[in-house]
Amino acid sequence: MTSVITPPAALAPYPSIDGVGVATIAFVPRSEFHPVVAALKADGFEMAADLCAVDYLTFPTRALPEGVVGERFEVVLNLLSMSKRQRVRLRVQVPAADPVVDSLYDLYPGTEAMEREAFDLLGVRFAGHPDLSRILLPEEWEGHPLRKDYGIGRVPVQFKSTPGPR
Amino acid sequence: MDETKNVTAVERPLWPTEETSEGSQELFERSKTSPEELGREVGAVLRLPEGPIIDPTQIDIERSDDETMIINMGPQHPSTHGVLRLMLELDGEVVLRTKPIIGYLHTGMEKQAEDLAFIQGSTNVTRMDYLAPLYQELAFSLATEALLGVEIPARATYIRMLMTELNRISSHLMWMATNGMDMGSTSMMIYGFREREMILSFFEKTTGVRMNHNYIRPGGVAADLPDGWEDDVEVICNTVETRSYEYDQLLTGQTIFRQRMEGIGNLTAEEALALSVTGPLLRSTGVPWDLRRTMPYCAYDAVDFDVIVGTYGDNFDRYSIRLNEIRESVKIVRQLLAAMPRGDYRVQNAKVTPPPRGRIDQSMEALIHHFKVFTEGFTVPEGEVYVAVESPRGELGCYIASDGGSKPYRLHMRGPSFVNLQALPLLMRGGLLSDAVAVISSVDPVMGEVDR
Repeated sequence: MTSVITPPAALAPYPSIDGVGVATIAFVPRSEFHPVVAALKADGFEMAADLCAVDYLTFPTRALPEGVVGERFEVVLNLLSMSKRQRVRLRVQVPAADPVVDSLYDLYPGTEAMEREAFDLLGVRFAGHPDLSRILLPEEWEGHPLRKDYGIGRVPVQFKSTPGPR
Repeated sequence: MDETKNVTAVERPLWPTEETSEGSQELFERSKTSPEELGREVGAVLRLPEGPIIDPTQIDIERSDDETMIINMGPQHPSTHGVLRLMLELDGEVVLRTKPIIGYLHTGMEKQAEDLAFIQGSTNVTRMDYLAPLYQELAFSLATEALLGVEIPARATYIRMLMTELNRISSHLMWMATNGMDMGSTSMMIYGFREREMILSFFEKTTGVRMNHNYIRPGGVAADLPDGWEDDVEVICNTVETRSYEYDQLLTGQTIFRQRMEGIGNLTAEEALALSVTGPLLRSTGVPWDLRRTMPYCAYDAVDFDVIVGTYGDNFDRYSIRLNEIRESVKIVRQLLAAMPRGDYRVQNAKVTPPPRGRIDQSMEALIHHFKVFTEGFTVPEGEVYVAVESPRGELGCYIASDGGSKPYRLHMRGPSFVNLQALPLLMRGGLLSDAVAVISSVDPVMGEVDR
């Protein structure tokens, strides 16, 4: 299938790049993330296929389109339209000083676990999430392991009330 | 006890504690739960136009704790398919709220992937969904190849399709076996494992190992199919097809089995879409969404097969879908058997593929390439990509961000079971505790992939 994919109208004002693969990739400012996703949902993107976050601490020189200021964190949302057979990828820049993004939970309840995972592993918070607790790690875990400054092998593995050596 | 006592070698880093403490993951009594969270747990978030809309503020928060009981199921429970822990709020025998608590198998594979070169990556990702390992390798390889811009030979594509379809059969057979076990049919357990063993033997012959193959790699597959593979595959197809009709006799028409499956764990299409549910769960609600058909990868647009959909979205639909998908996969495998092209099984690009062992002794250049590929690996151009394949459990996505080095800057796998588990509270709600096991089984979670 080589048909040219028309990007959704809701993404027209935002810079985009030609990426690898078939998805339309757009960079949406953090403040407009939620309304744009709402517009895309109304436009026929029925499913939030995937949501994850990336820590670009050690790779700040990544390719970004004109007018987008790269921040430390990026929240990546993959939306899927079954009616149009089309995918859209939104990349949202999230500064390290205030890593908060609006939760998409009221639009796509299926992002609930994905947002918890992004919070758990990267420490990006989602405003409006009903239960932003750790999902993969124990609840008393300290730090966010997928951050690039999380020392591998530096911190001993923490377990709840491990009995000491006899 | 003193939490810091194990930390001796280095100073414990100072994490801002308010940032990392977000409270407990467990299910609490209604009086201790916020209205928003309670609303989520009873399904109020699905504000569907035609469905009953539950206002979170109208939920009976004050319901006395004496009337309901919160029990814990798992993580060490034979029917939780691994280490899934559920907390259930019960009113007598009726399940009111459910909360899956996961993470007992979390091993930080996404973090490990950042420290493994692309050539080592498929060894890592294959351990996620241990019942369908070839799908992880496929998604990872397709994503890497998309970033590399490498076109792989037709034979490699067909071998990948053949192996993954056999893997789908073996994964669904495993599901039939464990589902039979959960329903009390021990004979189905034995039969499912018997047929699966045949496929695993073929995998062992081809890839060298029964599970966690590391067979599909960026650039093609690790080895060509063994001599006489046509006969093996033919035997597998014939046996599995014949026996799939024996399962019909054993289970499909059996009254007790049907009574325990029909009308249990209902899901509607709107709920499935809102919860991002994919795979047999989504298709059981009547949505004909199969990535092999709707967004073809590999050469799935060249083979003929049916997408099986259900009507009612209940356990029995999901059982029928998986049983019929076994037959469809047999159909695909037969077509691949007839159409298997000749040629190379991996791309002849010395920067990506290590040279054959024999050439190393003769060619200095081959030796250099061999050394480079196995020491530092090949570099992948800067960029990011999301590739999705249809695994036996749903949409398996692989997101790779590359910084131009030989290791992925970030690797994220979208595990279908991880997302599908979110439907569990909805499927369980209002059902009986004795059906809980059937519902967990019909979601088919593989905890290795859920926890990664």
